[in-house]
Amino acid sequence: MSSVTLKNIVKRFGNFTAVHQANLEIPEGAFVTLLGPSGCGKTTNLRMIAGLLDPTEGEILIGGKRVNDIPIHKRNLGIVFQNYALFPHKTVAENVAFGLKYRDVPKSEIAGRVQAALELVQLPQVGDRYPKALSGGQQQRIALARAIVIEPDVLLLDEPLSALDANLREDMRVELKRIQDKIGVTTVFVTHDQSEALAMSDKIVVMSAGRIEQVGTPEEVYNTPASEFVANFLGASNIIEARSATGEAGGVTFDTPAFGRVTVPAARAAGVAGGPAKLVLRAEKLTLLEPGSDTAGLIAAPAQVETVDYQGQTVRYFIRLGDRQLQAINLIDERPFPQGATVTAAFRAKDCAALPGT
Amino acid sequence: MSVEAREKRQPWILLSPALTAVILLLFVPLLFIVVYSFWLRTATGADVAGFHLDNWQEALTDRFYRDILLGTLRIAAITTLVCALMGYPAAYFIARSGGNKAILLLLLMLPFWISYIIRTMSWINILGVSGALNSFLLWTGVISEPVQMLYNQTTVILGLVHFLLPFMVLNVFVSLDGIDTNLEDAANSLGATRWQSFVQVTLPLSLPGLAAGGLLCFVLAAGTYITPLVLGGPRDAMFANLVFEAIITQLNWPLGSALSLMLLAVLGLLVAIYNRYLGMAQLMKGLG
Repeated sequence: MSSVTLKNIVKRFGNFTAVHQANLEIPEGAFVTLLGPSGCGKTTNLRMIAGLLDPTEGEILIGGKRVNDIPIHKRNLGIVFQNYALFPHKTVAENVAFGLKYRDVPKSEIAGRVQAALELVQLPQVGDRYPKALSGGQQQRIALARAIVIEPDVLLLDEPLSALDANLREDMRVELKRIQDKIGVTTVFVTHDQSEALAMSDKIVVMSAGRIEQVGTPEEVYNTPASEFVANFLGASNIIEARSATGEAGGVTFDTPAFGRVTVPAARAAGVAGGPAKLVLRAEKLTLLEPGSDTAGLIAAPAQVETVDYQGQTVRYFIRLGDRQLQAINLIDERPFPQGATVTAAFRAKDCAALPGT
Repeated sequence: MSVEAREKRQPWILLSPALTAVILLLFVPLLFIVVYSFWLRTATGADVAGFHLDNWQEALTDRFYRDILLGTLRIAAITTLVCALMGYPAAYFIARSGGNKAILLLLLMLPFWISYIIRTMSWINILGVSGALNSFLLWTGVISEPVQMLYNQTTVILGLVHFLLPFMVLNVFVSLDGIDTNLEDAANSLGATRWQSFVQVTLPLSLPGLAAGGLLCFVLAAGTYITPLVLGGPRDAMFANLVFEAIITQLNWPLGSALSLMLLAVLGLLVAIYNRYLGMAQLMKGLG
């Protein structure tokens, strides 16, 4: 088990810069997720930690030691690939035993360790089969068993769940987290799926266009996004133009054309110096009410329902407020508002987070 | 007509032109050859129809034919081995060359645009007494008189390798190209060096392509008669040259028929063994 550090990492492919000046500290035993859309550089970072790519500039440290010049087969890492990458011509047991052959593990111990790894991933009986005979979820577990049986210093997971069906993906998510907790290995997980990132990580690193946008716990990243990109990438958000104004103590007050005065708690408006700003309001924090409802303590404005996207337990509304369109995701109480209905759109000021505007 | 009957008929309608061609142009003539092989050639040069085993007895018992058959198989085996050793690294290089793959494959196919006979004869201009290599060696003073390098078994094998190498490269390429590159990365990450992961993972997974390329090279080499004719000496005749000799020169069609069926049987047996263990699907992949 080891920490991982990226120091001023730059990766260029010809004229294209895939990673700009990445700095990252991954503590020992942590589960850290690199999250972002495809092409944001998250996989490039992972492959550089793995030793599958060489950084153009900067240093990579594993357990405090510089590994730039250490080839992949000497780094002692466990990697799980998106498509599992099991050896099709070897049995499951031979696949899991593969890494042990290159570590001075006595032959007598190998079978026992393979069996223990298969038990850890809850597939103790498939050792004699070939990968082809297993389902996608089972192959994924074997790939995980093969990566952890060598007791790696760091476990690297490259979108390991994205090839699975939706239901299976959620089961594997819980399973993966359970196994990681149990063996306590430092884990770097790459995904473009925000719900996977929120559910599994100790820390999320949000990336966009080769840059690290924000590093924080799932709650920090979700509740106080550091940029408009982060706000939009992690769930549906409304961005409301605002201008800072003088106001009450204990908060930062903004003037908004859509909702009038909004006072955001100071902790949620760090980094806003004055002048133009943007308020981020999560779609599920914007509630639609019958017109004329009691809106004491709320910020409210009348709006028109434009589109109703019914999802069973919840409903997603697109509403119009003057020349703006906003989204609201609400639990359904009795029945949803119909299209064209006039409603009151309301939220609590403390649910907003403020970003510097442009 | 019911839907089922129509669906059943459709493949046969689509296949019928090709089937007609294969039956008329391959099976019927082959049948003639089988019938011919039991006829008898008399001293006057006329063929006597009937069921005579004389040609078969001569073809199967004469040591001359047996030695040439074994020699042919030996040349085919050496050619196949050389093609495998030279073709595998080339195929590996192409399969791992990313965006240049299409251009490299095109270059590989380029020789097919020139007639096989012309390609074979080009060696005369290179290795002949007044060829490029001799002229160069004379000019540099390494030799004082031209050396005869042509018309031996080595030049026959050289010509065959020149002709067959692309078939080997293509077959190995197809199977290497189908191997997920993550497999080698996975093997490396587990502690195997690049060479170890090649031996443990890539090589075994590419064996079907190597076998398909090998079969193709072997069968084509064993059936060749132009290469030994152009690049071989009098003692380098291969089995197909005997068939040519019997049918065209001696006009002994019955014996030529028996000999050609013998070669067909030997090569057919090889294909059958291959099919038993590896299946034809891999070969089809390499050809497509």
